[in-house]
Amino acid sequence: MFAPVYFDNNATTPLDKRVLEAMLPYLSDQAGFGNPSSRHDYGRRARQAIDEARQQVAAAAGADPTEVVFTSGGTEANNLFIKGVAAGIKPGALPLHLAISAIEHPCVREPARELARQGWQLHEIAVDNFGRVDEDDYAQALARKPRLISVMLANNETGTLQDISKLAQQALAAGSWFHTDAVQALGKLEMNFRELNAAGLHAMSISAHKISGPKGAGALLLDKRVDIRPLIAGGGHERGLRSGTENVAAIVGFGRACELLRTRLAQGTAELLALREQLEHGLLQLGAIIFALGAERLPNTVYFALPDIDGETLVGKLDRAGYAVASGAACSSANPEPSHVLRAMGVAAELARGAVRISLGSANSAAQVADFLSVLGDTVFKLRRMTALAG
Amino acid sequence: MLKFPIYLDYSATTPVDPRVAEKMIPYLTEKFGNPSSRSHAYGWEAEAAVEAAREQVAALVNADPKEIIWTSGATESNNLAIKGAANFYSGKGKHLITVSTEHKAVIDTMRELERQGFQVSYLEPQENGLITPEQFKAALRPDTILASVMSVNNEIGVIQPIAEIGEICREKGVIFHVDSAQASGKMPLDLTSIKVDLMSFSAHKTYGPKGIGALYVRRKPRIRLEAQMHGGGHERGLRSGTLATHQIVGMGEAFRLAREEMTGECARIRKLRDRLLKGLTDIPETYVNGDIEQRVPHNLNVSFNFVEGESLIMAIKDIAVSSGSACTSASLEPSYVLRALGRSDELAHSSIRFTLGRFTTEEEIDYTIKLLHAKIAKLRELSPLWEMFQDGVDLNSVQWAAH
Repeated sequence: MFAPVYFDNNATTPLDKRVLEAMLPYLSDQAGFGNPSSRHDYGRRARQAIDEARQQVAAAAGADPTEVVFTSGGTEANNLFIKGVAAGIKPGALPLHLAISAIEHPCVREPARELARQGWQLHEIAVDNFGRVDEDDYAQALARKPRLISVMLANNETGTLQDISKLAQQALAAGSWFHTDAVQALGKLEMNFRELNAAGLHAMSISAHKISGPKGAGALLLDKRVDIRPLIAGGGHERGLRSGTENVAAIVGFGRACELLRTRLAQGTAELLALREQLEHGLLQLGAIIFALGAERLPNTVYFALPDIDGETLVGKLDRAGYAVASGAACSSANPEPSHVLRAMGVAAELARGAVRISLGSANSAAQVADFLSVLGDTVFKLRRMTALAG
Repeated sequence: MLKFPIYLDYSATTPVDPRVAEKMIPYLTEKFGNPSSRSHAYGWEAEAAVEAAREQVAALVNADPKEIIWTSGATESNNLAIKGAANFYSGKGKHLITVSTEHKAVIDTMRELERQGFQVSYLEPQENGLITPEQFKAALRPDTILASVMSVNNEIGVIQPIAEIGEICREKGVIFHVDSAQASGKMPLDLTSIKVDLMSFSAHKTYGPKGIGALYVRRKPRIRLEAQMHGGGHERGLRSGTLATHQIVGMGEAFRLAREEMTGECARIRKLRDRLLKGLTDIPETYVNGDIEQRVPHNLNVSFNFVEGESLIMAIKDIAVSSGSACTSASLEPSYVLRALGRSDELAHSSIRFTLGRFTTEEEIDYTIKLLHAKIAKLRELSPLWEMFQDGVDLNSVQWAAH
């Protein structure tokens, strides 16, 4: 069976077998199928499963179970916070401000732009050449006293990490609610909601399918002092913050995936880092430009471009050679525009069009990386030769 | 061999049909790609499965697959339809119509819109649970832009006159939304013959997984909505967020099975429900809630007079049923649906909703009949009100002493 080598873990991850095992009873017709709101045995069992998963998610993220609001995924968690906070604020005489970094995922950027369409003043905070929030521009944003700020902990394209603790402290001083999209960070590095919360972070979004859990479950970790209105009404589930019959199987899977994280995080991170370095070494030898090289980044992500090689073309060839990679983020890979993240970093459009992202996972090995580099070298050689012949 | 508790709560949720689970598993294991990943086979494979499932859902209701939007469930579909349409068309007017017996997902959404400045009329049903087309027509105003009426009520199973209401709405230019969470697989739904603009579907009420639903959005004439979930632009910009392939495949298969097996299954279930009804109505002072004819064959909602509600639920632990809808079982208020029919608090509290399904057997029905007979008799033995009733005392005339 042809199974391409999967190098696209930031788009989604394969499900851990142990997570599947935990989920199956809740996808069966035996005893786990109850509606958690039902008052009989079937309902109680489903309710217990959710309570346990909530504890597991809270433990992995460093939050209290009462701070966990289950959603259908990261996109919803981001929408819930941004729109939920805005809906709770009474528009007054003065304009309302909000700030996000210029490199956020569309599911933060678009809700923020929706608020802008409704009359909010939106500031997109500039980043430096490595994709890190620019200190001066951040200070300028804070000076306008934004009601809410959102800066992602780890960028899905470049892997660039932000110093959320520092940014949160500054936001706190300015009196803002501070949120971070940690969807790409959970499971790849140590992070603790409680510590960040003490520094001034009020909310964090996480997602199951980026940590070997199922698609269809995510959470907003929310400081209870923040007043947010729900996005989805009816029935009052999740303490009124997210109505709708709970997706028991996916939530159970999310919980189990979180539990598995705790045992293997440190080792997993070290292994990924070693593979990343091996990959980067080979890429640099081929003359690749690695975006944000030198900045603190996710241990698994390499975003690069080979001068004069079109990213889409290269990705297509790599797919045919048996490697699943990405050009730009999955959510916008149908969009022919060069990456807004790279543009915000000052990367020229020409080079940005060559961008290819490799995001490693626990199933990848040094042998796969070595073979890949060899195939890549071949492919690039052939493409350059074709260009030379055509020119 | 009976399995306890006997599950008679199919309207709260249904077990995932093993055939559905079988179709889902590969998309949890080898075929794990993100359907939006355009650059490799993992993504294309997942996308193909999503589109095949979309066709299956569309086929059950005679819609075009392009008219089916994936959501995380019927609650979200209801929110998207009502807020999405009300906000898009708010320039034309700010009056909305719904029914007081709708699911909380509709009622609470309407209340939120009221807080935002819309006006909502909540129609009161007749004693049989139904509203009439005349009643609906009378509620229309020149500034009415949207109406929401569920096809099948989750508590009492009655079927509203959707076709007639649809005609009225189309004639008056009012957007018509129908919550069909409880209808799919229980009655035919043909969107080429009924004039419905928006329709909500749930997978987990039709032997599919929880966490996935759909919203039908008509294209001819074109219905517009303001998206509620923003992001990567999925589902034509109407609902952003990574699609959960395995859940979607599950919903597709569940709806395919519903389409193939609905006729036979409904006939079988109707027989079982009628058997249950016959078996229970020989218990005196037993009242069926909701019209018995205009009703899906799966539902039987009965009130037992002179029996205390909580004691009754405790006494019949061998069967898993519901008293009041699952989504509001956390609070012990009498069902607002039953109150809307005119039932007193006491009668509402002592009601049981039995909802049958694909795996219900005759043995389970017979056991249930025996159980109810035994327990009701026992509870009434202990009831002073029952004693008074039997002695011919008119309880409405009694001056109850305060304690």
